[in-house]
Amino acid sequence: MKRQSVGAFASGLLISAGLCLSGMTNPNKVIGFLDFFGRWDPTLLFVMMGAVGSHAILYRLIARRSAPVLVPTFSLPTKRNLDWPLVLGSVLFGVGWGLSGYCPGPALVSLGSGSGSVFIFVVAMLGGMAGYGLAYREPRRT
Amino acid sequence: MGTATVGLAGGALIGVGAALLLLLNGRLGAIGGIVAGLFQRSSGEWAWRAMFVLGLVFGGLLLVPFAPSSFVPSPTSGPVLFLAGVAVGFGARLGGGCTSGHGVCGVSRFSKRSIVATITFIVTGAVVVALVRIFGGAP
Repeated sequence: MKRQSVGAFASGLLISAGLCLSGMTNPNKVIGFLDFFGRWDPTLLFVMMGAVGSHAILYRLIARRSAPVLVPTFSLPTKRNLDWPLVLGSVLFGVGWGLSGYCPGPALVSLGSGSGSVFIFVVAMLGGMAGYGLAYREPRRT
Repeated sequence: MGTATVGLAGGALIGVGAALLLLLNGRLGAIGGIVAGLFQRSSGEWAWRAMFVLGLVFGGLLLVPFAPSSFVPSPTSGPVLFLAGVAVGFGARLGGGCTSGHGVCGVSRFSKRSIVATITFIVTGAVVVALVRIFGGAP
């Protein structure tokens, strides 16, 4: 097995622990955060602060390196301009997120609970992603 | 522990997990993008993406017995969940990111695109939750 796979597995494990500890795998807490006109639940705001804060510091430290540990180069997004796909995609994402209380990470972590509803969501989400690939014939990413 | 402590600690762990992927593999911990990449046949990229997803799923499996309250089902009905899933999957690709890709990784790099995307999906999500509240089936 490639060493890259070990790093990716460890990263996935840590993120799942963070999502679970903070209760973000509970869709009611996510919907509660978006419920500004009801009983607002601030948890997600604290999670964002913790995640953005730690990642902002670590990102800057890691970016000083000339290369990552296991591969020769960093692969980071290069797009900078605002465009309509960004906004429309985020609107669609927000609609699905608000309706379900799930986004990709928490939904995948919740699969372990064996709940049928999260399984439906994940299958539909994978379908949506595959559908995008078919509709747009994405150029190969590097 | 209070909401703030638990949220900040869990969030920090998410940030560290994402940073680990950057340190080792040189990639941002953008979950939606990594999952979507499983549908692209780019040579040598598939295995680590699959292992990342497996790490998320396996982590959940391990943690369910210790934190059952974190794993309650969505209050939304099956057909609506299906539509929501399609919207999240398609939207994450069209918009180039999700809550982790834009919301955590992008915002912490001060990316203008990610800040706009994050505000957009939070505002849209809030509008949808408010509409659901008004038109019945309040969560």
